Amino acid sequence: MVDMNVLIVGVGGQGTLLASRVLGAWADIAGKDCKLSEVHGMSQRGGSVVTHVRIGSDIAAPIVSPGEADFVMAFEKLEALRFAYYLKPEGTILINDQEIMPMPVITGAAEYPEDIYGRLAADGKKYISVPALELAETAGTSKAVNTVLIGALAKITGEELETVEEALKRTVKPKLLDVNLAALKAGYDFIK
Amino acid sequence: MKKLMLTNEAVARGAWEAGVKVVSSYPGTPSTEITEFCAGYPEMYVEWAPNEKVSAEVAIGAAAAGVRSMCCMKHVGVNVAADPLFTAAYTGVNGGMVLVVADDPAMHSSQNEQDSRFYARSAHVPMLEPADSAEAKEYLKRAFDLSEEYDTPVMLRLTTRSAHSQSYVELADRVEREPKPFVKDIKKWVMMPAAARGRHLVVEKRERELKDKELPEFYKIERRSDKTGIVTLGAVYQYVKEATDASVFKVGMVYPLPVEAIRRFAETVDELIVCEELEPFIENQLKAAGIECRGKDIFGLQGEFSPAFIREKLYGIKAPAPVSDVPGRPPVMCAGCPHRGVFYVLNKLKLNVCGDIGCYTLGANPPLSAVDICVCMGASVGMAHGFDKADSPLKRKTVAVIGDSTFIHSGITNIINAVYNKGTSTTIILDNSITGMTGHQDNPSTGKRITGEATAKLDLEKLCEAIGVQSVRVVDAYDLEAVEKVVREETAREAVSVIIARRPCALLTKSYPPAYSIDPDKCVKCRACLRIGCPAIEFIGGKVRINKELCVGCGVCKGLCRFGAIKEGR
Ligand SMILES: Cc1ncc(C[n+]2csc(CCOP(=O)(O)OP(=O)(O)O)c2C)c(N)n1
Repeated sequence: MVDMNVLIVGVGGQGTLLASRVLGAWADIAGKDCKLSEVHGMSQRGGSVVTHVRIGSDIAAPIVSPGEADFVMAFEKLEALRFAYYLKPEGTILINDQEIMPMPVITGAAEYPEDIYGRLAADGKKYISVPALELAETAGTSKAVNTVLIGALAKITGEELETVEEALKRTVKPKLLDVNLAALKAGYDFIK
Repeated sequence: MKKLMLTNEAVARGAWEAGVKVVSSYPGTPSTEITEFCAGYPEMYVEWAPNEKVSAEVAIGAAAAGVRSMCCMKHVGVNVAADPLFTAAYTGVNGGMVLVVADDPAMHSSQNEQDSRFYARSAHVPMLEPADSAEAKEYLKRAFDLSEEYDTPVMLRLTTRSAHSQSYVELADRVEREPKPFVKDIKKWVMMPAAARGRHLVVEKRERELKDKELPEFYKIERRSDKTGIVTLGAVYQYVKEATDASVFKVGMVYPLPVEAIRRFAETVDELIVCEELEPFIENQLKAAGIECRGKDIFGLQGEFSPAFIREKLYGIKAPAPVSDVPGRPPVMCAGCPHRGVFYVLNKLKLNVCGDIGCYTLGANPPLSAVDICVCMGASVGMAHGFDKADSPLKRKTVAVIGDSTFIHSGITNIINAVYNKGTSTTIILDNSITGMTGHQDNPSTGKRITGEATAKLDLEKLCEAIGVQSVRVVDAYDLEAVEKVVREETAREAVSVIIARRPCALLTKSYPPAYSIDPDKCVKCRACLRIGCPAIEFIGGKVRINKELCVGCGVCKGLCRFGAIKEGR
């Protein structure tokens, strides 16, 4: 496993917490120091959520600073745009190619930005779009968007699939393991 | 064995290792998970109390009975628990007792940004603050030792960032402890003036002793520069280490503060800076002791710190900023939330709504825009009675709105007050049969304990009747016609009334009917259905659409369409 700062962003209810826990287990298996910072406690869904993951050695702060993320793992396109400023100049945003309308857009008070990919590119941000919802549905559940993205991250960082499979085994409930392993592989194989 | 652990989990583990026997808490972000994790250890008795005052009193009783006890709460919970806390500082303990408090700088999920360190000082109890998961577990265990050694309750303070961070923790075994006998001694245990005067002297003596000792295990000096020294604590300590190359004095015992050790540290650097979130708690004590330092003039009182914030404030280095034109994504009531329809009706009837704390506070946001005032847990009912007794022109148009957990927490006494004092206010209990906001904790109205075990279920109707409420009505929160009718009738009534709008939380409903959909031939795009603010109903590209991923088929929107365009199923 490589040392990295990862910012996981999405919409409450999308399973961002599980993604950070898998990363934690992965770091543990790799013998790395790791700190995570989660925001949780609210049941309601639909708000913007952020989880910080830092993997390396002798880590102090559990949060990633703007401009210092190696990866922003975005579960939703608008959230990718919102948190792109956390990225290092050489960092990559991994984007689940899905749009979820926030309340101000639903009520017509604001518009969902057009051409998010174009804006990110114009801003010099490197991004990889992953059809994670589709891949998760094919794997057996729309809830496994998180695992698809972890699979993609594993491949991009040159990790063996087996290591991340082990991390998944430590993190997800046994009865959900098979679909999640399939989703992980789908994300892994998506990156060429 | 080493394990990656949430600090809140580490606190629970620490309680278990310390041999704690009784844990009583009331949920509150960011402290809730401590008690939930505690419930996973069968060696400890763990409960959800109806509020923080009760939880502290249970812990005081258990400690007096001779076992180790703990109660956990968020910062505002200490306001509720303050009464027993201040006097338990006088009686002292028998078995050790620790009150864990989690502050919320930046108000990730709170109604104010109060700093609980002042409670330690004004109640004269020691307070420790850890900087990560491992330290949280160690400090909690040491807090129990201190509690027994100095015969006092001890506070452990966390903040949102420390409570909700994970880092590695070394696990140890549980040490069982023999319960100490409770020895009858009215001079120690019965706080009447004569005895309390004696105990107040004990409190002062104990505090002086701890102050003079300045226990070195609870501070740490890291020398890096002779120019700047920074005094810091908790999560902020980690940020300071990362953002600066200053020498660091890390405070672990927040109260009493090791002032003389800090004075010695100050003498070794050219300038001393205090880096602490919220109030100048440490800074002012140092200044009062004649130690020159800076702090709040650099960092201010507001919000949460971060390495980037400290770099900017100390060195003027600006971190990349977010783009400004991205629409916000505030939390919303979920699709199918039973609260939504009630607020739709309150908005439609243009009522003056005294709100309360819970998921339903979101009813203040557009498009529902139905909550007009919200202060603290339980306040809705009292405030509505206040509008009533002020003879406000809004009097007959005012309702209180309160959740089931909040009603039990501190709404009940308010209803008693309204009935007793011949009020005429109307209270709507939004009974989704769970403590929703904090992540679904059971409460006395759910009929289940924290362990999931079945127990007596509080009957809200009978309770209100017993109090003397003249009219107690129950409605289905999804049936908007019925809700509207009952609200009209009860607000018109010249007596105290309670409406219980009942439906379980949509997130806990196991099987949903199929999603609804819009018949494009019938939809005239009047957008009346959007006024209910359901995240599943979208207006995109000039068309109204129901998002089948989100819709749980509650059907509340169907009645809003005069053209019959909303239909069940596809
Ligand atoms: C004194 C105090 N304790 C705890 C909290 C944390 N808290 C906020 S809302 C809430 C409970 C909400 O439950 P309920 O009233 O049943 O409404 P729901 O969220 O289920 O709609 C709690 C415990 C608080 N804000 N203040």
